[in-house]
Amino acid sequence: MSFLKPSARAVLFATAVAFAPAAFAATPADTLVVAATIDDIISLDPGQSFEFSGNDVDQNLYDRLVDFDPLDLEKGFQPSLAESWEVSEDGKTITFTMREGVKFHSGNPVRAEDAAWSLQRAVKLDKSPVFILTQFGLTADNVEEMVKADGNKLSITMDKPYAESFVLNCLTANVGSIVDKELAMQHVEGDDLANTWLTTNDAGSGPFTLGAWKPNEAVQFIAFEDYWGGAPKLKRVIVKNVAESSSQRLQLEQGDIDVARNLSPTDVDAVAANDKLKIQDELRGRMVYMGMSQKDPILSNPAVIQAMHHLIDFEGMGNSFLKGQWRIHQNFLPEGYLGASDDNSWKFDVEAAKKILADAGVTSGTITTKIRDLPEYINIAQTLQAAMAEAGLTLNIEQMTGAQVLDAYRARQVPIFIGEWGPDYSDPQTNASAFALNPDNAAEKGSTIAWRNSYAVPQEMQDKVNAALLEPDSDKRKQMYIEIQKEFHDTAPIMPLFQRVEQVGMQKGVKDWSGGGSVAWVMYKQVSKGE
Amino acid sequence: MPPKAPRGATRTGRRLRKTGGLLLSLLLTLLGLLLVTFIIGRVMPIDPVMKVVGERASPAQIEAARVAMGLDKPLIVQFFNYMGDVLRGDFGRSISTGHPVAEDLRRVFPATLELASLGTLIGVFVGIPLGVIAAANRGGWIDQVARVVALVGYSVPIFWLGLMGLLVFYGILGWVGGPGRQDIIYDGMVTTHTGLLLIDTLIAGDWGAFRDAFSHIILPASLLGYFSLAYISRMTRSFMLEQLSAEYITTARVKGLSESKVIWRHAFGNILVPLITVIALSFGSLLEGSVLTEIIFSWPGIGSYITKTLLAGDMNAVLGGTIVVGTCFVALNLLSDILYRVMDPRAQ
Repeated sequence: MSFLKPSARAVLFATAVAFAPAAFAATPADTLVVAATIDDIISLDPGQSFEFSGNDVDQNLYDRLVDFDPLDLEKGFQPSLAESWEVSEDGKTITFTMREGVKFHSGNPVRAEDAAWSLQRAVKLDKSPVFILTQFGLTADNVEEMVKADGNKLSITMDKPYAESFVLNCLTANVGSIVDKELAMQHVEGDDLANTWLTTNDAGSGPFTLGAWKPNEAVQFIAFEDYWGGAPKLKRVIVKNVAESSSQRLQLEQGDIDVARNLSPTDVDAVAANDKLKIQDELRGRMVYMGMSQKDPILSNPAVIQAMHHLIDFEGMGNSFLKGQWRIHQNFLPEGYLGASDDNSWKFDVEAAKKILADAGVTSGTITTKIRDLPEYINIAQTLQAAMAEAGLTLNIEQMTGAQVLDAYRARQVPIFIGEWGPDYSDPQTNASAFALNPDNAAEKGSTIAWRNSYAVPQEMQDKVNAALLEPDSDKRKQMYIEIQKEFHDTAPIMPLFQRVEQVGMQKGVKDWSGGGSVAWVMYKQVSKGE
Repeated sequence: MPPKAPRGATRTGRRLRKTGGLLLSLLLTLLGLLLVTFIIGRVMPIDPVMKVVGERASPAQIEAARVAMGLDKPLIVQFFNYMGDVLRGDFGRSISTGHPVAEDLRRVFPATLELASLGTLIGVFVGIPLGVIAAANRGGWIDQVARVVALVGYSVPIFWLGLMGLLVFYGILGWVGGPGRQDIIYDGMVTTHTGLLLIDTLIAGDWGAFRDAFSHIILPASLLGYFSLAYISRMTRSFMLEQLSAEYITTARVKGLSESKVIWRHAFGNILVPLITVIALSFGSLLEGSVLTEIIFSWPGIGSYITKTLLAGDMNAVLGGTIVVGTCFVALNLLSDILYRVMDPRAQ
């Protein structure tokens, strides 16, 4: 067959090439290569982005009025594009003085006008993260009145005298990013406020510019040499989408990547044992919690709720299948937040649970849980099932996809919910409002976790949550949250169980990696690579 | 019933009309495929609106997004609106990547095309000789080896085999590149002409980039090639056995033709036609994108694209991907049909 000949030659040649050992370059010295799962990015527009990976990108392309210091997150928000601010006499207006001489990536100066336009735009755009800003009483109709630029001053006026810490924490969120107005205005289509263009382009002043974003493939950052805070330590950062933990580990061992962000416990152990690599543990803001619907005839009995608190084998799970990646945490504010409580006093005690149930006359009962079909949820549910069986209760486990569980949960049709919750911004209000506010339990539609579990939060607790928002003294405010959490911890039918620990694998030489802790997003500007 | 050909019509004319009819039926197939995909996508219990607006959205926001996405209109209206846009060359925007679907497809399809082509080449150039030799030495050791090879190909999960391949050839031996299409030092170094890295790097004359691209594609392509050759070799073997037991072969042998001539010239020539269909089918199935292979090798292809967007209820992307894959299938069908007519004397 004559047609075989040239192709056969090609195959032979190709085989020869294939089996010549390829020369591997370690990653270039001025480039950081990160492997992560980044297929959740749907937009890079800071007025719209609300996914983990999208926020990770924007954190580095844009600056906000105030930002966190990656090397010292505990200091809280620090001056960024705003160099100072003051609160008016009546506590309703905060006036920021903008830093002078700062440039956007386009070369345009960063002005108070850009800041005002960015916040107004985010409110008018009305996308997922808008609620973070509308909490101060901003609406699409009044925002031009409430947020104003005057020379190099920017003032934000609110409907109530909110705590300064609350407002500034909210402004560290991605939706508070300051966008290059002049550049964005050149790309407006119809009434989209440049949303289409900003979805795939960068108009920031942050430490990096966007080199490229190929969805589900990679995001490339290029250092912005004129950054006001000094040029980043590395020239390029490339984040590759690698879905598989074992793939990430292999590439880390081969030196093809510097950082791996989604390692399974098994792969973490292998990386830790490798002397060229290291594991850095970082406490993040996400939590696993259990919600017990008060619509359920059995769970609506407070004694059953008390007993259930004794039926969670915290130590057993924390030391086995959750080891290293989740840490026991029984309060709704993640560690790292203002006012976070470390009261982990609930202990696994089947006998105590039996006694409570016997005293209340509960001898049997069947309760259903609908869980996402992922190993850790299934393991948690089965552990709970075994403990409940010992106390005479039956747990019926229904597995389904994540989307199905959420749909049922939104419709208040999940008796026992086991799932995750991540804070939306760096202020305690983000979780206090989700767990401990339910202004109208009878409403057709609600969005708080309390509503989804039909938990009629005691009015007194809700009043405290609302009062904490207006408390100007941060120490007092902190104390208020500790009190709220104490009562919640002891009585609520919603139990926070574990807080996320991100175990990041990296080359030994990588210095100052920061995923943003429990309050922020990943920051690359301070990261360096030694030998 | 085909219409009766008018008197004096040439054979070519008849053939053209036949091909025309074939084309029409293929177009209808494609349209049906789209309609079914559309309906499946819409009845799936996934609400794309929630993905767009997020967990904290107010009912007003949810409603506004639903209207903006055109989901408030009746299904059939949605479908015809979509088809109208497609005919104008507008595939819409993907809600899960934020990019225009056409742009996404231009990125993901070449990646799959390159992988599938190389995989099929391996399948053809190893599978066919293996099948022929196995048939010629029926029951011999080569036949046994071929049987084991095919059995493993049918039964071992691709996921496991892929990971093992990575572990051995990339992790331990360092012979091939790791997951992804190229090393980052070559990323974006070569201008895109075809989207097929092997060809683009050759056009650019960048030998290093070519080697790099090759070292990344060879393992996933071999893996797909292995599954393809398992199928092709079994089919080849059974076609050949059928021919070798035919009378004309016995005649040829009696005439004293050498065995290799009998096998390659006579028998093999006769199985080429059904083999083309087998190869086309095998190529088509690889073109759908092998999702698991793409995940293990971080290969940004159309299979994982369609899977991911389907799970997000991202219909623009799913339908765009379906059009591309469907068109490939239809084109392959047409091609094998035409080749069949050209090569098979009985079809003349």
